[in-house]
Amino acid sequence: MKKPRKRSMLANERDNGMNIRKFRDGLFSKSTLRGISAIIIFGIIWELGARSEELFGYRWPFLGLVPAPSAVFVSWGGLIGDPSYWQSWYMSFLRVFAGFMAAVVIGIPLGLFMAVNKTFYGMAFPSFEVLRPIPPLAWVPASIIFWPTQELSIAFVTFLGAFYTIVINVLGGARSINKQFLQAAQSMGASQWDIFKRIILPATLPSIVVGAAVGMGITWEVVVAAEMISGGGSSGGGAGGGLGFFIWSSYVGGSYEQIIVGMISIGIAGYMSSELLRQTGGLLTPWLKTR
Amino acid sequence: MSQADVTGLGLTMFRISSWLKSPKPYLMVTGFMLLLATWYFTVEVWKLPRFQDMPGITEVFSEWFSKDPYYGLSIYTPEYYKHILISLRRIAYAFCLATVLGVPLGLFLGWSKTIRDFIFPLFEVFRPIPVLAWVPLAIIMFSGSETPVIFLTFLASFFATTLNTMLGVESIDESYSRAAYCLGASRWQTFKHVVVPGAMPYIFTGLQISIGVAWFSLVAGEMVSGQYGLGYLINTAYMMIEYPKIIIGMITLGVIGYSTSALVRLAGDYMMQWRVRELALGDN
Amino acid sequence: MNMIGEEMQPGLSKGAIRIEDVVKIYDPDGAAVMAVDHCSIDIPAGEICMIVGPSGCGKTTLLNAIAGFHGVTSGHIYLDNELLCSPEKPQAEPGSDRIVVFQNGALFPWKTNIDNIAFGPLMAGKLGKKEIYEKARSMMADAGLSGTENSYPGEVSSGLRRRVEIVRALMNDPKVLLFDEPYRALDSLTKSVMHEALLDIYYKNKVTIFFITHDLEEAIFLGHRLIIMTSRPCKPKKIVDVDIPHPRDYSVLTSPRFREIMNEAKGVVNEEAKKAFDAGEREG
Ligand SMILES: Nc1ncnc2c1ncn2[C@@H]1O[C@H](COP(=O)(O)OP(=O)(O)OP(=O)(O)O)[C@@H](O)[C@H]1O
Ligand SMILES: [Mg+2]
Repeated sequence: MKKPRKRSMLANERDNGMNIRKFRDGLFSKSTLRGISAIIIFGIIWELGARSEELFGYRWPFLGLVPAPSAVFVSWGGLIGDPSYWQSWYMSFLRVFAGFMAAVVIGIPLGLFMAVNKTFYGMAFPSFEVLRPIPPLAWVPASIIFWPTQELSIAFVTFLGAFYTIVINVLGGARSINKQFLQAAQSMGASQWDIFKRIILPATLPSIVVGAAVGMGITWEVVVAAEMISGGGSSGGGAGGGLGFFIWSSYVGGSYEQIIVGMISIGIAGYMSSELLRQTGGLLTPWLKTR
Repeated sequence: MSQADVTGLGLTMFRISSWLKSPKPYLMVTGFMLLLATWYFTVEVWKLPRFQDMPGITEVFSEWFSKDPYYGLSIYTPEYYKHILISLRRIAYAFCLATVLGVPLGLFLGWSKTIRDFIFPLFEVFRPIPVLAWVPLAIIMFSGSETPVIFLTFLASFFATTLNTMLGVESIDESYSRAAYCLGASRWQTFKHVVVPGAMPYIFTGLQISIGVAWFSLVAGEMVSGQYGLGYLINTAYMMIEYPKIIIGMITLGVIGYSTSALVRLAGDYMMQWRVRELALGDN
Repeated sequence: MNMIGEEMQPGLSKGAIRIEDVVKIYDPDGAAVMAVDHCSIDIPAGEICMIVGPSGCGKTTLLNAIAGFHGVTSGHIYLDNELLCSPEKPQAEPGSDRIVVFQNGALFPWKTNIDNIAFGPLMAGKLGKKEIYEKARSMMADAGLSGTENSYPGEVSSGLRRRVEIVRALMNDPKVLLFDEPYRALDSLTKSVMHEALLDIYYKNKVTIFFITHDLEEAIFLGHRLIIMTSRPCKPKKIVDVDIPHPRDYSVLTSPRFREIMNEAKGVVNEEAKKAFDAGEREG
């Protein structure tokens, strides 16, 4: 009695209610609820810790020195209408975009060329590997000396951060292509250019996407730091703001709530750019989709 | 016995000699020469615009190896080693702490769905925030100038280590743990004999990344705040207009950063003999 | 040996499996996939029972239920009249009385061959370490594995690996060995060596063998009985008794009786395989 009923019920659901059920299950599943509760508990502890001095009479370590989340949201609300806050977003996005694009435009062809040309690879790769361990931010002073404007020097350091990752990923992807693909193409009479365009390029595309995604993360790290260093250091006096500078000037100005607003803003901005990249990557590599 | 010979000294010698017979080393030297020549000619011979402001190669190296350095920093001055040692000490603290906390946490996150359900979303909330955005908050939360820098470095390492360890556990083929259960292992024994060694390759990949990002954020931290250290050296050299010191600091950072990650790789090879031997066979 | 023609009847007291009316429905996201449909199989102790069926029909599903990796939707599975699993007892505990030899092999690559073989008894902790390793060494010698004790699985050939895996299972004195297409990835020459080695091991350690395969020749050569499954959802379609006496060797393959059985089975198998193929095409 029991079995057939269950089967027909399932068959029904497959026809109409499936998507709704899936959505509801995803929204209210045990693991989502657990995740949400963990975040809420964290928020409560943070709030308590930040207000510990007024609530319990003594200050909790670390958290007692941090502004409370409620205060952060109040401060954020005040900033929403402030054009200079949005100007910071804009500046940071612009810098990330410029550095990242430069890294993509230079890094991908370079990586591909290294993968295709053995002589060039033999000459360039060791030098590349020697320069790579120098952290991008160590280039900041040299870059400021070299480039005529501060904007260009920030762009250069940003570029470096993403550049290494992209080249390494492109190179790795292109070199790990299954040799049989190439042989198959050759046996079908494909020209060198065809092989490059129709096999090497698409086969490398997934690694390009991965490299770009990682590079994007690094780009944000570098932009934030460069903005803080150039603003926080003695010279320049904070060229044109940006979210990193927003954080730093909030710190210098003593408005600690705004520091956290800045951190969250950067988190959101970084997440948005990575997500955009992931979506684009998904469109570029439809064959990687499963199910 | 014969196994050890194949993978040991004999193989190394064979590899070195065949490497020397290939064009690789000569191309490599050509590449290095080109790089250094570009530096030399653009800055010191042709004095191209913009380039002539940069410190030249002869200036940098004569300072670096001088017994009586003009700017007071060379391999003969104790100050140079003080910067290195202080940076290394910060890296050591941060990296060790991140490993000691991150590896077990990552293992448990990968192993137990309950723990993952609770902890991982918190991770996902914090992860998009660049480590360097934490600088001011770290300065506020931790007193002194030393702890904030170590905290930043730790934070970067910790994320990398934990996430990779978790991925490592998730990547283990289910049939390994099933096999262990079949052979009568308990849940804990399976954890110890299957999960930990199975995740090991990923853990060490994570540690490689971890040491890289540790240097990355250490330099940033030292440039913004902190006393001594290579990042501090570079930044103050810039402000005091002692430009050759900047390049010395950069090259030193590169060399030391590379050595530490080589050390991590060696430790990985030492702990994963099975992998080393498999790969050695695969090469032939 | 063959001349004596003594029938090696399954006459063991331990290791009988009874599968009663088992149904298994997978339910990923509500799209119910029925993998096993009212399947009943009775395997006497000490029999080599070969399960043959088209790709994706549900053979592994059945094996996993016996092994205790997942439960059944309805029906019962008994081992020696003891209930292994049923809807009321959702999942049998995986244990060392029923050991699986996996489709892709599940030797732990991070343990040497001998450590792999000693794993089960070490986990059980009933014997001393020295005894265990002595037993492991002697069993390895019996199976022609001397000299590979301290190699890692990744360093030996795939045929050897499979043998190590079987020895690892036998170290625990299991009642039942569950094979999931263990020889799928082997070339046919290695395969034939492995078949004789398996029979050799079987004659020495009588266990019940539940053996999944795609390869009819393998099935007839090894088995007392062939159970040919329908395409998904699977249940026995035809049972073929292989009345060729054990012990067998490779002369069996050319015998007329072998041909007859082959012809009898082949028609049924092809018919089901074609059904499965057509169904697969429609789904895709
Ligand atoms: N965890 C699962 N969730 C949903 N469906 C599954 C699951 N495992 C297997 N299936 C489906 O159940 C069916 C039977 O799978 P099973 O692995 O038992 O087949 P098989 O006979 O062992 O196939 P093969 O010969 O390819 O090994 C397949 O259609 C498969 O897609
Ligand atoms: Mg299967």
